[in-house]
Amino acid sequence: MTVLPYLVAGWIFLIGVYGLVTSRDLIHAVGCLAVTQSSTYVLLLAVGYRDGGTAPVFADAPTDSRVVDPVVQALALTDIVVGATVTALLLALVVQLRKRHGTVDPDALSELKG
Amino acid sequence: MSARVRLWVFLAGAAGFAVLFAVACFGLPAFGTVHHPYGVRAVHASLSHHTANVIASVNFDLRAFDTLGEETILFSAVLGTVVLLRQARDEHRKDPEPAVVHPRVRRFALLMLPLALLVGLYVIAHGQVSPGGGFQGGVVAATALHLLYIAADYRALERVRPLTLYEVGEAAGEAAYVITGLAAVLAGSAFLANVLPFGTFATLSSGGTVPVLNAAVGLEVVSGVVVLLARFLDQAVEIEEPGADDGSPGGAGSGPDNGDDGDDGDDERERA
Repeated sequence: MTVLPYLVAGWIFLIGVYGLVTSRDLIHAVGCLAVTQSSTYVLLLAVGYRDGGTAPVFADAPTDSRVVDPVVQALALTDIVVGATVTALLLALVVQLRKRHGTVDPDALSELKG
Repeated sequence: MSARVRLWVFLAGAAGFAVLFAVACFGLPAFGTVHHPYGVRAVHASLSHHTANVIASVNFDLRAFDTLGEETILFSAVLGTVVLLRQARDEHRKDPEPAVVHPRVRRFALLMLPLALLVGLYVIAHGQVSPGGGFQGGVVAATALHLLYIAADYRALERVRPLTLYEVGEAAGEAAYVITGLAAVLAGSAFLANVLPFGTFATLSSGGTVPVLNAAVGLEVVSGVVVLLARFLDQAVEIEEPGADDGSPGGAGSGPDNGDDGDDGDDERERA
């Protein structure tokens, strides 16, 4: 009977958003976005946890053993894959910004070009 | 908005979020509770389809259509990165110079390369039996190739990595997933329904279409990750920055996209 794991997820989320808000560097901002997103992994895994549960893989375990919730684990897997590719896309954008504008400071990117 | 104002707006929003989130947490079922209706049903569905790894069953059987969407996000993110990181007109390539590698590093990396590759393929193939699957194994196998970059140099990596082939492989992985789904339709069932015989529990042949979809995803992830890393390595190793940022009209990202797609494509093909 504890809500601590859920609260940890909220705390990670807030830390990530704080980093995004105060960021002076777009690469740092992309990293903060990844931190923000990782809060959802913690929340999903916390929701799916069962006391005394094992991994939901029955290759060795008997089929009636108590396992943690596989649905949220599958959601976390989806989350990780999407997060990794979107991070790559954002970093590619930052590379192009650095080339075209010579800076990765979001505050210095106010001018319009092209 | 100045940094100070932005921080205050964040603090107000964060306080509101913290309160609402904490209240919501106390409304959630207690941590570690035994009662999981969705989990119980997913385990039952997975076992009835002879799939030992319930997570693979959820991803490739119960939620196969959602996973198609997820795979498409991966596909489009890689496509977007390729488009963004093309060689622009004002950039030129410089052949990287081979660097000296410590013999011990070289031996270790060359020893680990086949091992890591094998582990990656094993994880893809055993996705329905043991923890793992196409997504996880694909990343392991793709990064294994890059041990060659550590062991030798960039040119050695480019030799084992015909980029065009991996770009085709990525599309083929995506296509294989859709075709597996359409095959189910032709067999008289729903799109992406599990129509193959379920096989023997906890063996490589178990799970019906789960291993097939796992392999399709594995192919796409291997190719996608190789293409992604290749683009970023190109930026770091080969592409030289234009001499000065002269503020020419072709700036701001939209300009270079306009007419020179064909040219850039040709350049890359010649290099590959």
